[in-house]
Amino acid sequence: MKVLYFAWLRERIGLAEEDVEAEAPDVSALVEALRARSPAHAAAFADVSALRVAVDQEAAGFDAPLKGAREVAFFPPVTGG
Amino acid sequence: MSAPEPAQIPILISVQEADFDVSAEIDALTRGRADVGAVACFVGLVRDVTKAAEGAPVMAMTLEHYPGMTEKSLEAIAREAARRWPLLGVRIVHRVGRLAPADRIVLAAAASAHRGAAFEAAEFLMDYLKTRAPFWKKEETPDGARWVDARESDEHAAARWER
Repeated sequence: MKVLYFAWLRERIGLAEEDVEAEAPDVSALVEALRARSPAHAAAFADVSALRVAVDQEAAGFDAPLKGAREVAFFPPVTGG
Repeated sequence: MSAPEPAQIPILISVQEADFDVSAEIDALTRGRADVGAVACFVGLVRDVTKAAEGAPVMAMTLEHYPGMTEKSLEAIAREAARRWPLLGVRIVHRVGRLAPADRIVLAAAASAHRGAAFEAAEFLMDYLKTRAPFWKKEETPDGARWVDARESDEHAAARWER
């Protein structure tokens, strides 16, 4: 699946997006797999309470199932307007 | 004749780098519509001072967003407003990219037969946009660039519409 990062999360990881082949049943399991990818990933995902997630462009929780998901995005709380 | 179904009212969403013309947007929302008695229109601007910058002047701001999800979330917010109030049209324009102080950032306009619904819907649009639409601001100050933190007061403002 495609994993996207925005704002300071994108800067800390050093990637806007990456393809991840992970057999993750839910978002939390995907986060575990991402933490293992690099020290930058591990640091960026150290505190997920500071992060929000969207699955296939819909806001979701970290317990959201990923079966059939094609795109998962992680980002800080939004600050538009 | 019954009121139009919320799903049928004009909802127009734009996410763009270019500036917008407030008067032209209101015209587009009301042209040929003798049933519209009120348009409430909010315009958000870039300020040169923010709490995050601790008094240091903001020289510029860059707005990042999540293409695809942004448009979908703004559309969903507009449809939710149309479900809650008897609206006759909704227009949202949000700019992205690099903006300078005093630049316009966002326009949220709601058209209705009467002002009460238009005012409330415009406020609802902004409260939900600020807490649900995937935009992020990065400020440039003399001390460096920094991402703006989400404000708890915005969450409180949005929470009052929950039901």
